[in-house]
Amino acid sequence: MNARRTALWLFGAALLVAPAFLMSGYRLFQLTSMAVYAVAILGLDIVTGYTGQVSLGHGAFYAIGAYTGAILMTQFGWPYWATLPAGGAAAALVGYAVGFPALRLTGPYLALVTYALAVAVPQILRARALESWTGGAQGIVVTAPDPPAFLPLSQDAYLYLFTLAVAALLFLLARNMLSGRQLRAMIAVRDHALAAEAAGIDIARVKTRAFAVSAGITGVAGALGAIVVQFVAPDSFAATLSIALFVGLVVGGSASLPGALAGAAFVQFVPNLAETVNKSAPGVIYGVLLVAALYLMPSGVAGALRRTLPARLRTSTSPGKATPLPNKGATIHVD
Amino acid sequence: MIGFLHQTLSGLATGAIYAAVALALVMVYRATHHLNFAQGEMATFSTYIALSLIQAGAPYWVAFVLTALFSFVLGFALERLLLRRFAEAPGLTAVGVSIGLLLIFNALSGWLFGFTVKQFPSPFESGGVVLGGLVSAHEIGMVGVTLIVLLAVYAFFRFTPLGLAMRAAAANPASSRLVGIRVGRMLALGWGLAAVLGSIAGMMVAPVVFLDPNMMFGILLYAFAGALLGGIDNPAGAVIGGFAVGVIENLGGAYLVGTELKLTLALIIIAAVLVLRPAGLFGRIVVARV
Repeated sequence: MNARRTALWLFGAALLVAPAFLMSGYRLFQLTSMAVYAVAILGLDIVTGYTGQVSLGHGAFYAIGAYTGAILMTQFGWPYWATLPAGGAAAALVGYAVGFPALRLTGPYLALVTYALAVAVPQILRARALESWTGGAQGIVVTAPDPPAFLPLSQDAYLYLFTLAVAALLFLLARNMLSGRQLRAMIAVRDHALAAEAAGIDIARVKTRAFAVSAGITGVAGALGAIVVQFVAPDSFAATLSIALFVGLVVGGSASLPGALAGAAFVQFVPNLAETVNKSAPGVIYGVLLVAALYLMPSGVAGALRRTLPARLRTSTSPGKATPLPNKGATIHVD
Repeated sequence: MIGFLHQTLSGLATGAIYAAVALALVMVYRATHHLNFAQGEMATFSTYIALSLIQAGAPYWVAFVLTALFSFVLGFALERLLLRRFAEAPGLTAVGVSIGLLLIFNALSGWLFGFTVKQFPSPFESGGVVLGGLVSAHEIGMVGVTLIVLLAVYAFFRFTPLGLAMRAAAANPASSRLVGIRVGRMLALGWGLAAVLGSIAGMMVAPVVFLDPNMMFGILLYAFAGALLGGIDNPAGAVIGGFAVGVIENLGGAYLVGTELKLTLALIIIAAVLVLRPAGLFGRIVVARV
């Protein structure tokens, strides 16, 4: 790493840490939840962006992570930081179970089953049978963690820095996971499944693993979100959350780590701005931008920036979007 | 026993709605190999058009026909103007565009017609007690209308040259083009017909579940379950699957899981079909030759 890049990294880190000392209250909270969204979209990116398997149900994994965290904190007295891996593990397990049957097949089945999951989860969380755990429609109130005594920080600032640290760690882990053989296998599965299989890649295994890791990361984001918002309830996890994450991914730029950040900024700030115009405006803007992004800039905001930035500022080694090969082959139908 | 019969019959009635939407989904899937997640929201939007026409003074059946025509034009135009541009796109793009349409139509319904829950008139109110009070007059009418529409669709595809051309274009676009079929136009026709099916389902179900911008959200899910159960590329299977899901949903809701977990039942059906018989009850198993 040369001096210029080190300086760039340090500058970036300072830029991220600065708001903890310059902002407070609602502004800072917005940035904190943007970091949470970034982790959630990062999770979705692994399976949908890099492996090409569309999931419309990541809001459900977010909800599972959030509820796991909230229940462990309030009913079992776990410390807040310990709930993050637990939330991730719970979401990964459910993801593996739900994704396995759909991922064995080629076709839009994963989108279908995850869509069903996204629609069903709020109902399940509200169900009377689980009320003693989930608190039914009332949800669960979580107390926010206090900053450690040796840090002279406000609670909001500490929460922001804690979220930032977790997000940075997960982005780093994802960057390492998305490299070399692993990454090539995922992209091969996305761009030409038949050729990937012929090259000896176990397609079903690559897809299921990517899906489990993906659900796990989004589950961690959920547990983080429960700590940040200090409240979980079924209505926060309606199917619209899954759709928002999906829109964020596509608009931000799929198969790109900076794209997850751009998507999170979009999901966090655009609906708030649009709602000042009209209650329906966020939906229209989401929809129009989603279609427009798919048509005009298939690699999202991140891809558009990558093309316009001068070459020496490009630090990303992201593979972007390869041109998909025709994946047709001859098919015969067997009755 | 009376209760059981009642639940089964009203399950068949809602099943008719699922069957119509499932058929719309299958028509689009056969032609494009993509699922149209916006099918339900398009139907809701059409139902609002029908309500506006009725409120403007149009007789029910006039509004019904006008709405069906409007939906046809809407579906046709969407395919020609928008979806055409994504024809060769990978799966992510196809799902993304239909989710985009879902969001746009959902928001437009709320924007233009308001978010409050509205009553929708039924043309079958006059009938008193039918079949010993087991089903309402509207439920009978709903099944009747849906069956007539389904039969008309069947006859269209089976006995008319245009229907044959549409089937050919869906089954083998390359060869169809060689014999002079306008494949692109057939695709747009399919989208138009699917939108008509959806709008009729919407107008028939609105008196039961009431009209609001999210009316078709759950119904679309059951329709997906029905289409998958019958075989995602088999129109007759989708219709049977739709009716089956209606009955399963009603009986399951009454005797197994309770009404509060009805949507979960759709998830379970979808997961079970994918585990046990991914091609559905009547679907073809697709084998790729390498």
